[in-house]
Formats: sequence, C-alpha cells, structure tokens
Amino acid sequence: MMAYALRRLLGAIPTLFVIVTLAFFMMRAAPGGPFDSERRLPPEVERNVKAAYNLDKPLAQQYLIYLGKLAHGDLGPSYKNKDFTVAQLIGTGLPVSARLGLSAMALALLLGTFLGVNAALKQNRWQDYSVMGTAMLGITIPTFVTAPILTLIFGIYGISLFGHEFSLPVGGWNGGALANMVLPVTVLALPQTAIVARLMRGSMVEVLRANYIRTARAKGLSVPHIVLGHALRAAALPLVSYLGPALAAILTGSLVVEQIFGLPGIGRYFVQGALNRDYTLVMGVVICYAALIILLNFVADILIAFLDPRIRLS
Amino acid sequence: MGALLEINNLNVHFALADGDVHAVKDASLVINEGECLGVVGESGSGKSQLFLAAFGLLAANGRAAGSVRYRGEEILGASPQRLNRLRGGAVTMIFQDPLTSLTPHMKVGAQITEALMVHRNIPRTAARQKAREMLDYVRIPESARRLNQYPHELSGGMRQRVMIAMATITGPDLIIADEPTTALDVTVQAQILEILRALKTDRKTAIAMVSHDMGVIAGLADRVQVMRFGQIVESGTADEIFYAPKADYTRMLLDAIPKANETPAPAGAIGTPLLTVDDLKVSFPVKDGLFGKTRQLRAVDGISFTLHQGETLGVVGESGCGKSTLARAVLQLLPKTGGRVVWLGRDLDAATGSDIRKLREDFQIVFQDPLASLDPRMPVGVSIAEPLKSLESQLSRQALRERVRTMMQRVGLDPAWINRYPHELSGGQNQRVGLARAMIVGPKMLVCDEAVSALDVSIQAQIVELIRDLQAQSQLALIFISHDLSVVRRLSHRVMVLYLGRVVELAPSAALYTDPHHPYTRALLSAVLSPDPRAERAKKRELLTGDLPSPLDPRAQLTFLKSRQNEPDYRPKLEQIAPNHWVAEHD
Amino acid sequence: MIATGQTLKAVEEVKGRSLWVDARRRLFQNRAAMTSIVILALIALLALLAPLLSPFAYDEVNYDIIACAPNWWPAEASCRAAGHIFGTDAVGRDLFVRVLFGARVSLAVGLVATLVSLVIGVMYGATAGYLGGRADTLMMRLVDVLYSLPFVFFVIILMVIFDRNFILLFVAIGAVEWLTMARIVRGQTLSIKQKEFIEAARAGGVSPLAIITRHIIPNVVGPVMVYVTLTVPGVILTESFLSFLGLGIQEPLTSWGVLISDGADQMETAPWMLLFPASFMAVTLFCFNFVGDGLRDALDPKDR
Repeated sequence: MMAYALRRLLGAIPTLFVIVTLAFFMMRAAPGGPFDSERRLPPEVERNVKAAYNLDKPLAQQYLIYLGKLAHGDLGPSYKNKDFTVAQLIGTGLPVSARLGLSAMALALLLGTFLGVNAALKQNRWQDYSVMGTAMLGITIPTFVTAPILTLIFGIYGISLFGHEFSLPVGGWNGGALANMVLPVTVLALPQTAIVARLMRGSMVEVLRANYIRTARAKGLSVPHIVLGHALRAAALPLVSYLGPALAAILTGSLVVEQIFGLPGIGRYFVQGALNRDYTLVMGVVICYAALIILLNFVADILIAFLDPRIRLS
Repeated sequence: MGALLEINNLNVHFALADGDVHAVKDASLVINEGECLGVVGESGSGKSQLFLAAFGLLAANGRAAGSVRYRGEEILGASPQRLNRLRGGAVTMIFQDPLTSLTPHMKVGAQITEALMVHRNIPRTAARQKAREMLDYVRIPESARRLNQYPHELSGGMRQRVMIAMATITGPDLIIADEPTTALDVTVQAQILEILRALKTDRKTAIAMVSHDMGVIAGLADRVQVMRFGQIVESGTADEIFYAPKADYTRMLLDAIPKANETPAPAGAIGTPLLTVDDLKVSFPVKDGLFGKTRQLRAVDGISFTLHQGETLGVVGESGCGKSTLARAVLQLLPKTGGRVVWLGRDLDAATGSDIRKLREDFQIVFQDPLASLDPRMPVGVSIAEPLKSLESQLSRQALRERVRTMMQRVGLDPAWINRYPHELSGGQNQRVGLARAMIVGPKMLVCDEAVSALDVSIQAQIVELIRDLQAQSQLALIFISHDLSVVRRLSHRVMVLYLGRVVELAPSAALYTDPHHPYTRALLSAVLSPDPRAERAKKRELLTGDLPSPLDPRAQLTFLKSRQNEPDYRPKLEQIAPNHWVAEHD
Repeated sequence: MIATGQTLKAVEEVKGRSLWVDARRRLFQNRAAMTSIVILALIALLALLAPLLSPFAYDEVNYDIIACAPNWWPAEASCRAAGHIFGTDAVGRDLFVRVLFGARVSLAVGLVATLVSLVIGVMYGATAGYLGGRADTLMMRLVDVLYSLPFVFFVIILMVIFDRNFILLFVAIGAVEWLTMARIVRGQTLSIKQKEFIEAARAGGVSPLAIITRHIIPNVVGPVMVYVTLTVPGVILTESFLSFLGLGIQEPLTSWGVLISDGADQMETAPWMLLFPASFMAVTLFCFNFVGDGLRDALDPKDR
C-alpha cells in the first residue's frame, strides 16, 4: 500500500511540472506585453521596468528564474495590480473559492449519490425516471442560466415558507455568511449533482446485477444490508475515479458563478488576468488550481486502492 | 422422512428486449429430507431458473407463477422478510462461478460469519470460531490465515470450498448446488464432490444438485429429474434413469456420453512424420508486486513429441498445464523462448514472417468458444472464406463461394445459410463453421483446442464424429486438446498428459487408460465420472490433496518427486517403461 | 441436409440478419430517440433556411423597438413589436432570426468541434490500443494526466492569445473533448484485439492490415458513434460558456450562448430574450442526449 501511494505521488510531480511549463510558454507566446495598453513609457523607463521584471532576458532564462522562485513559494508580483504580489492576491481570493468549490463538491457528491442509488434501487419506476429526468435538465442547462433564474425566484421575488417571507441575498460574499453562500453553491453544484447521480445509478445498476449480489440475496440478507455492505463499495469506484474531473469542472464553473454573484474569488482574477495579459497572475492561478486537482487525484487514487483490495494487493 | 420442498406447476417467464421467453414450463418436483435430487439438463433447459424462481432470486424482468411449498408453507410470492428468514438459514445455495459469486472487497471470514450472525444471532467472536471450524471441515489448510484473505487471493477450488462453508455453517436442511463444479478442474471437482457427499452422509442435509454433467449426477443423486427446454421430461430414482431410461431424450443424453469401456482410438493408417517438437519452452514475464522483480512464468517447460500423418495425439491436462500455450507456440501464433519446431523437415526458426503465412495452409486451429471465435459482424460464409481469400488470393468471388458451399455441406451445414450471422446459429452449428473455416484451405494438421468443451453433451458427440470423418477423409494429423479424458479417448491414437508445462506420461491410448503409471495420470483417471451410479458409489477414489500449485512456484514441478525437493531446479526426466510408453520420474 | 438431386446453386440462399439490422430495428422502436431525431432535423432545417423565414436581417438594428415583447406575449410588457414573433433584443434586432442564426453557429461549432475531437481521439486511441504494451501505457497515462486538468483554462488562454479566432474556437473546443474519445476508442480497440476471432484471423493467414480494416474497425464504429452523439451537447455548452465570459463568438455573429448570456442580463425586464434561445438550446441538447442513449441501447441492449 505504501509503495503504491509513493508511486502515485511521484507521478504527480511531473504533471505539475508540465502544467507550469505549458502555462509559462503559452502566456509568453501571446502577442503584446503587460504594459502595452497603458500610455507609452519613455524607452529608458520601459527598459528599466522590463529589466526589473526580468522581461529583457532570453526566454529560457526567464523560465528558469521563474522555476527557481516557484520553488521558494514566490509567485512573483502581479503585473497589473502593482501593489500586490500574486501570492497575496491568491491569498485573499483562494479561501473564498475554496469554500465555494469544496461546498459545491460535497453537496454534489452527497446529494448525487443519494439520488443515484435510489434511482438504481427503484429502477424503471417513477423515482428512477424523475431523478434521471431532473439530472438531464441539470446537465443541459448552463450555470449562467440557472443562476439568474434561481436568483429571481429566491432572491428577488422570495418565497414564503411556513408563514415567513424568505429571500436570499443576490450577491456579495459578506465574509462567507451562510445566506450568501446558498445560491452560488447550489448553482455551482447542480450540473455535477446531475452527473454524479447518473454515474451512481449506472454503476449501482451494474453492481446489483453481479453474481455476488445474488449470493448475498441467497444468504437472506436484507436490502439495506446488501446495499450498504456489499454493493455500495463496489459501485463507488467509478465515482471516485470521477473526483478529479469533477473538481476541474467545478473550478471551471466557478469562473462564471463568481462573476454573476460578485464573489471575490480567484476565478475573477483569472479572467481579468487573461484579458489583461497579467502573466504572473494567470500562471499563479493556474498552478494553484492544478495543484488542487492533482492533490485530489492523488487522494482519489488512494481511495480506490482502499476500496478495491484487488488493486491494493496486485 | 417428510417432504422438504414441493414445487407444483411452476412457470417462469422473462421479459426481454426482443420478446418474452417461457423459461420454465409447468415444472413439478419434490425433495425429501436427507435426499439428493439431481436435476440434469443441457443449456436452456431452465434447471437453474427453476430454483432461482422458487426462492425469489429471479432477475427483475422475471415472473414466476405456480406453487412452491417449503415444509408445507407456500413461499412463492411470500414477503421479502419471510424469504430472507428462509434463505441463508434453512435453505442455502452454492453457485457456479466462485470468483464472481463472492464479494471481492469483503474478507472471506466476514462473508462466512455474516450469514451466521444474521440468522442465528451469534456474536462475532463465536461466529468466527465456527467459521474457522467450517473451513477446517472443508479441508482448507491454514484456516485462521484464510479468514482474513480476500476471494481473489484464493484458488478456484478453495473459493468453492469457501462457498460450501458459507452454505453449510447455518446448518441448513436443504442446499441447492447450481453447477458447483462446472468451472473447476477435474481433480478439484472430485474433491468438491467428496465434500458434498460427506455433507449428505454426515449431516443428513438434502441437496438439490443441478448440473449438465450426467457423471456428476450419477455419483451423488438418489433421485433424478431430466429437463429439456423448460419442461421436466422424465423423473425417477437414479437407478431407473441411468439403467432403464424411458424418455427418448434421456436415452439420447446417455448415449452421447463417451463410455469408459469403449474401444478407444480409431483404426487408421499412420503415415510419415509431419511435425517434430523438440524441448519446446515458452515463458512469460510476470511482474511480482509493484516494485518487485519480474519473474518468468514457465508455461511450457520442455515438451517434445512427434506427430505423424493420419495420427491423433490427445493432449490432456488441467489449468496451468500449458496445453493451449503449447498449441499456439507450435502454430507460430506465440513466440517461443526455447526448443525447436520442425515441420516437414524444415526448422521453423529459419522461416520468415511471410513464409509462415504461406505455411498456414498446412496447419489450422479450431477454438473452444464457437461464438467468440467468429466475427459477429461477418456472415458465416465470409468467415469461412477468409483464410482461403488470404492464402489463395487469385480465386474469383464465384469460385470462393463455391468452395465455401462445398465445405459447408461437408461439415453438415445447410449451404443456404451462407449469409447467416453467428448469433443466428446454435453453438454446435457455429463450431461446424469453425471447422469449415479451418478445413477449407486443406491443411495437413489440425489443432482442436478444447473444441467441444463449450458444447452440450449431445452436440459434443456429433462434433467428435464429424472430426473423425474429416480426419479419415483427408489423412489429417490431429492434435486434440482437452481436459476431458473421456472425449480424448474416442479420437486419439496416443495421449500425452501434461502437468505444469511438462509431460508426465505419453502412451498409446489403450495403455494409458488401462495401465496408467504416473500418480497424476491416475488421479485424473480416477476423477473421471461415469454415468453409472453403482460404479460411482463403489469406486475407490485416488484424490490429490490440496489444489494445483501455481506455475510461478519453482518447486511445483517436484510435487510428485518429493525426494528431490532440495534441488529446486531439477526437472523429472521422462523414462521409457514400455515400447512407446513414457513416464516422468516420480516417487 | 440437402435433398438429393438439387444442385447447390439452385438452393435459395437465406438472407442473414446482421447486427446492424437488429440495432436499427431497436432504434426505430425507441420513441424518445425517434422523436428526437425528427426534432433535430427540424431545427437543422430551420437553421439552414433562416434568412428565408424572416423579413429581417440578423444584424438589423432598430432603436425604436429595443427590448420589445412579441405581440402575443401574455404577461406585462413595456413595449410590443409587431411582426417580430420572438420579440426584439436590446438594440432592436429581431430575436427570431437571431435565434435561427444562433442555431447555425451553435450547431456548426457542435459538429465541427466534435469532428475535430473525433479525428484526434480516434487516431490517438486506435494507435495506443493497437500498439499495446508500453506505448499504450504511456499514452494512456498522458490522457489520465490531461483528463483532470482544467482544460478550459488553457482554452481561455488560447482564445486570449490568438484573439478570438473563429477557426481556433472550433479547434480549441474539440481539443477539450478528445480525451474521452481517445479513451473509448482505445478501450474498444484493446477489447476487440483480445477477442478470439482476431486470433482466428491471424491463424487463417490474414495480414495485419486486413485484420484492422476488416475486423477491428467495424467493431469499434458502434460505441464511437454513440459517443459522438453524446459529445455534441457538451461542445455546445462549452461554447456557450466561453461566450458568456466574452471569449467566444464575437459580434455581429451570434450563437445561442451569446443570446442566452445577453438574455440572462435582461431577465427581469425582458424574459423573452432569455426564454427563446434557452429553450432552443435545451431542446437540442435533450434531443442529442436521447439519440445518444437510444443508439447505445440499440447497439448493446441490456435489460434496462
């Protein structure tokens, strides 16, 4: 088991390396630099500024300098927001995005699993069709449509429940208050909930057809016992494999959600940085995201080995 | 002795995507306490579905109607709670494939104790103790260690013993065994049947034995039901069924089984030597553990023989003996790691890739699974024509189709079916297609790799006859590979017994069956079951202890030569004990 | 088996029932899939005939009737525009013809990008599956690594660098989806390669090239077809996502994604601006999903 974990960890490092390299060269390949849109600086000043940011050195050398700084945790200064370093900007934005993203993941996984397993147990009956139908909706309607619709219903018009008028704030982070988090997390989690539900249903249906489930039934075990003790663990395998891509999808979705709800996360920084050609900021964000996903993939690999002894012991 | 189980007029239907299937038609049977009922039938007879339906284990698209009474109480359509109390407690089941029938991520001990704790309310420690005793009873060595292992860490035979332990631990009145030994090697099958027999005598457990193998039924059953296409065709005591069958179908089934005292080996002129195999070796690298070193799996570990025109060499052995690997290496479908293969005086090492392709006209192969060896998207006529098209590409389309039609007739297929697809034909018909495809290029040698093992018994006999005819017509040299000694007997002039990649005995057919020398050959022969209940009951069995060792274990070769175990690289040599009769050294 | 006296040629050959025929029959019985095919055909037709179906041009601005509801709109509306069946957008353009033009663009992006991912995926996957062994393991590790990356980020960067090039959009989006295609093709190739009838073909002296073209490819086509149908909706969604961020289709061209994102802004005051393009896109995506599922069930029926 330890050997397996170690091998997986070693595999993660080149991945990160590849991403950093890719991001670096892609941004440098872009025409125009970070100062083009501002007023033209006098040539000497421009030369000095470029030297200060190492932009006058050959590309390969810039790359090595960057790597070196990276190893020390120094992501460089932001080209645009000159008062801040990238690390600082990410530092303020990351907690927001992390809370948002991880809450959405948790919601998607729990709700999706519950709905999917239920649909599988009641295959071809109304519970199955309704869950799968709703899942279809969740997958095909983009987040920037569900966001305004839900905002309209719960935020602006409000709903009345148990005699109280309910309405949720339509934007802003408010230090991460629960009321402010409800709408963005729900919107972000919706497509992934749908995907997880479909995945779990399919996987569960497959597992329930297996011979060992028939043996469990022949032993006189009750349905909850069979599902929890025998079926769920096997059915969860495809789900665990999907964790990495799920997080990637949620991080992608957060770009939109942060924009719509005006949340101060790093997604917003990314889009702005891309449009402004703020090299270091963009790379910093990409590296951050990539590191998160790689970490999650690693955890997922360990989890799979834990769930399936055949992998662990081979 | 009262009636435990009474089934009356049971009907089972399945709703499939392409229509409705009536799998069990009006079946009735009775099982009394302490008796063994054998239910025998070929594929599609409904024998398994009958019991699955009786105990509420049908798939979601199945419906059962009729009456099923257990100890007088109606259980068909009973509530899930009632059925759950019954299943796993008083009535337990053993299934065919122990690898897929055990939960892969649960330890063996947990799976065994689970039934006990749910049904008898015994606390965990006591249950584990009982589980251990149970494993000892089914003769699994190192029972304490095994409790903590996972199913895939055990061999096939051990897994099936675990299933038996699981089914016996609650002290059931009735065990339903659904083809329990079909997926196991012959010697292992003998051991498992021994255990089932002991259950019947020691614990007076009633057993419902479902099998397609008449020999298995003969050795175990008190009464027998014969099923065909969902209906019970005949029922009676074992003696009645086997010695005085009334139904035509039963008689046909019994006739189709190769008999033990039949004259073996067809008479036929044996001509010049065609193939010489000299100390052939084939190894595969296998990774041992994650960072572990790569070990060599010696699938074929030094085999030599010669094959003559018109001669049939039977090759027998159990899993891991290397018989399939041997065939493929000889046919140049697999690379060898040592030794020589000489065809018609020509060493095939010197042949280039295109030389070998041209030589394929000379030697062909028929595979085990008729459906899997045909491309499902090609009509059978095109599949049959393919080798001819590749090796004699100058033939016109017309000429090709003529040759195909002729060949189809020769193997007993209606030439009008030339455009049919494999899924429209039965297993036997598809195997005829396989034969046609192999024979159409007019080979001098044919390899049959378990060619009849996947077929129903009645069809097996027909295909074996067909192969005999084809051989007689064209003086074909034949290598007939099988794990089934009785089938091999019918066709072979000489028989070669393999064990873990080496020859342990090579003899003319008659000599092997009447005077076997090597202990492994004797165990194999002893494990052959005959459809003769009296003989089976009286038989003295020579059982091997334990399971087949792993081919990766280097000392496995010395299982029968324990005196040399301190020389792990020693290979038992073949000694000639009579003209044409060779036996490997043994203690 | 044959009556004596009959020549072989005179016997009437029975027509075989191939697996494709079986699959087609199952597909025709699937009402959801067949309805979806009809609807998709209809939408495609409308998209092609767009300019003929409306008197207005898709970029015809008219500041007199900005954000006006169609005449038949049941709810309250600050203004109504006669002759515009879907109403008008924020600068007075006819929404109906814009939705149809959006259909053209979205469907085009969907099909072309899927084609790109198909070509890359099939080549990569087939090579990996056919080579097997080390090469295959390496190639698939690369796919595993790329799979969990936030690919869309790189697409965004690409769009920024090369300044929202239309062609690049197709290629970039296609490049997002090829991974799963490669996996499927490789999986299928591997499983077919191990089947006994491939070994039988080798034993029969069939050349490697003939094995690939005659045996492997026809057996791989089915699942690939299913996946292609299921990829198109994902591509259309990715395009709409990019358009929302301002990085996709640029003015004056329009796509459903652009229309929807514009409409979402105006949702409270002019809900029709969101409703019509969103419905069209949702219906199209649904239909593709139903057809894909229908194809999958037709080719590989398991009791659902």
